[in-house]
Amino acid sequence: MNKASYRSLVVALMQRDFKVAMRRKSDSINPLLFVLMVVTLFPIAVGPSHEVLGRIAPGVIWVVALLASLLGSERLFRDDYLDGSLEQMVLSPAPLELLALAKISSHWLLSGLPLVILSPFCALLLKLPIEGWLTLMLTLLLGTPILSAMTAIGAALTVSLGRGGALLSLLLLPLFIPLLIFATAAVDSSLLGMPAIGQLLFLAGFMVLTLTLAPLAVAAAIKVSVN
Amino acid sequence: MALLVTAQQLSSVRAGRTLFADLSFSVSAGAVLHVEGPNGAGKSTLLRIIAGLLKPQAGQVQLFPQHSADDPDYWRRQLLFIGHKAAVKAELTALENLAIQAQLDGADLDDPWQTLETVGLLGLEDIPAQQLSAGQQRRIALARLWSSPAQLWILDEPFTALDTRGIELLQQRFAAHVHGGGSIILTSHQALSWQPSALQRLSIKHVDAELGYE
Amino acid sequence: MWRWLHPYAKGEASYHLLGRWLPWLTASALLVLLIGIGWGLVFAPPDYQQGDSYRIIFIHVPSAMLSMGTYTGMAIAALVALVWQIRTAEWSIAAIAPVGAVLTFISLLTGAAWGKPMWGTWWEWDARMTSQLILLFLYLGVLALYHAFSDNRTGAKAASILALVGVVNIPIIHFSVYWWNSLHQGATITKFAKPSMPPEMYIPLFVCIFGFMLMTAAFITQRLRHEILRQELHRPWVQQLLVGAKVKEQ
Repeated sequence: MNKASYRSLVVALMQRDFKVAMRRKSDSINPLLFVLMVVTLFPIAVGPSHEVLGRIAPGVIWVVALLASLLGSERLFRDDYLDGSLEQMVLSPAPLELLALAKISSHWLLSGLPLVILSPFCALLLKLPIEGWLTLMLTLLLGTPILSAMTAIGAALTVSLGRGGALLSLLLLPLFIPLLIFATAAVDSSLLGMPAIGQLLFLAGFMVLTLTLAPLAVAAAIKVSVN
Repeated sequence: MALLVTAQQLSSVRAGRTLFADLSFSVSAGAVLHVEGPNGAGKSTLLRIIAGLLKPQAGQVQLFPQHSADDPDYWRRQLLFIGHKAAVKAELTALENLAIQAQLDGADLDDPWQTLETVGLLGLEDIPAQQLSAGQQRRIALARLWSSPAQLWILDEPFTALDTRGIELLQQRFAAHVHGGGSIILTSHQALSWQPSALQRLSIKHVDAELGYE
Repeated sequence: MWRWLHPYAKGEASYHLLGRWLPWLTASALLVLLIGIGWGLVFAPPDYQQGDSYRIIFIHVPSAMLSMGTYTGMAIAALVALVWQIRTAEWSIAAIAPVGAVLTFISLLTGAAWGKPMWGTWWEWDARMTSQLILLFLYLGVLALYHAFSDNRTGAKAASILALVGVVNIPIIHFSVYWWNSLHQGATITKFAKPSMPPEMYIPLFVCIFGFMLMTAAFITQRLRHEILRQELHRPWVQQLLVGAKVKEQ
């Protein structure tokens, strides 16, 4: 296989995932509804005052985003594993790392990007001051690819277990801590009227590092899981 | 005759139980290897080991030994594996499944309609696979045999869920493949009605295995 | 080096080799720990600021240091297991992870016990405490994944991959947590940044650290022996070993 056919394979694999997602819309929509509902719970639980909500909004939105990404992550490789497509990916002439990157990309487009688009509504509901909105969206834009890549590692490791849910959270949540720290700190400094570029650059660095190394881990994990 | 597979002293232990030990055989171009044995004897495990999905406990498998060893790209293109799980996406139509299968195989799907007609799925191409019968889904998976460029086929129970017409069709395809210098390793509980000229039978019984030629 | 190591990839050879090391490791660990802890708790002078409560460092510091080192050791074993497919390396993950988790837990527990007189609270979101807590979660994740699979081989490989993912992340987590802490807490921890420690204190501390290393090595050795026996139970050499043990009893 040459480079051109690798590229068309990646495109075909992503198109396949989109078609499957379009035909089972609830799988993509439910995590987003989950985000909206949890965000609604906070004003009810802590009271609707501007100061409290605005103060905790960046943290709440990010924690909810982490939980939502875990919610859908179990399914990332589950269907491919059950119907045998994962075996065929391992045996395909194309490098498995590339196919893993294709899966990560389509997962991000289907779950991460909608979250970025949804975030202004969450910011509105949680009364996040307007100065923080752009930074919040930027942190989600840089952070959700990391979420997709890391959940792909966890999902590939646990796909053959059939009941990975709670285990997956145990494996992944500690690894999300740097992301949570820098993302919320970026929004906080915007709220204080300070530049957030430093934190955003750190997030961008994490993203590049994760997207470079995660496909290797995902490919290794898939090979372990299909046997 | 060119050898496509050589296996030396393969042993497999699954969950503390020895499935087979010291299994050696080879498959040359144009030959058919029929792996036989009772349920749970390790037929599927053996096929997965040959395909490279599983590592044997001991022994080794060499694919295309006459070809340079450090070219995984070559043997992946020359090997086609269809296991118990058919790799058919339930949400996609037959046509879409065929397209993605060909992409993964590195095959050129010149005329998908022709392939659909051959496997008897014409007219059903725009229905999601989950609404088709088990036999029709199996046909989608087996359609790869008409487009794949692979020389070595490894098929785990290919006749499952097929009707008599389908079984006959598949055996015709097998004959054509073997005639063109391809090889097939398969498991089947059904006796083949077609008699290839170079048929080897490998029966796996528990622990000890015997190799018989016909 | 690999030619030398290779025979020990087999269970039986490693079992006997580890068996020869074990008594020496145990004896020296006991001796060194006895000296170090006795020296630290009884003979070292009290701190002019913290009185006797500082003496917890003779357990806290070695366990905290080794909890990190043990994770690195586990990650190296994981790399060896994945690259060279050596089964003893796979099993050593199961041997190392619980020891590392317990060390991390001890460091958290002693940290909390130290925090009570120093900060007036059992738990402070101090950078060191927080990153130790996250380290504990990472250990628990590796352990949970190792034991989640019915097929041990798969579990070991999956846990190896996770351990490597973890070891890449640990420096990042560590750095982020320290940065986060400086952001939120400012100067509260600086009073513990002790610029110097008199030799009467740090020499017993080094002895304790060395003793903890030996103890950790002894525990891992013994656990690895058990894991080898557990995994190779159906092999003839283990059966013979068991029969031999029964004969001796009678």
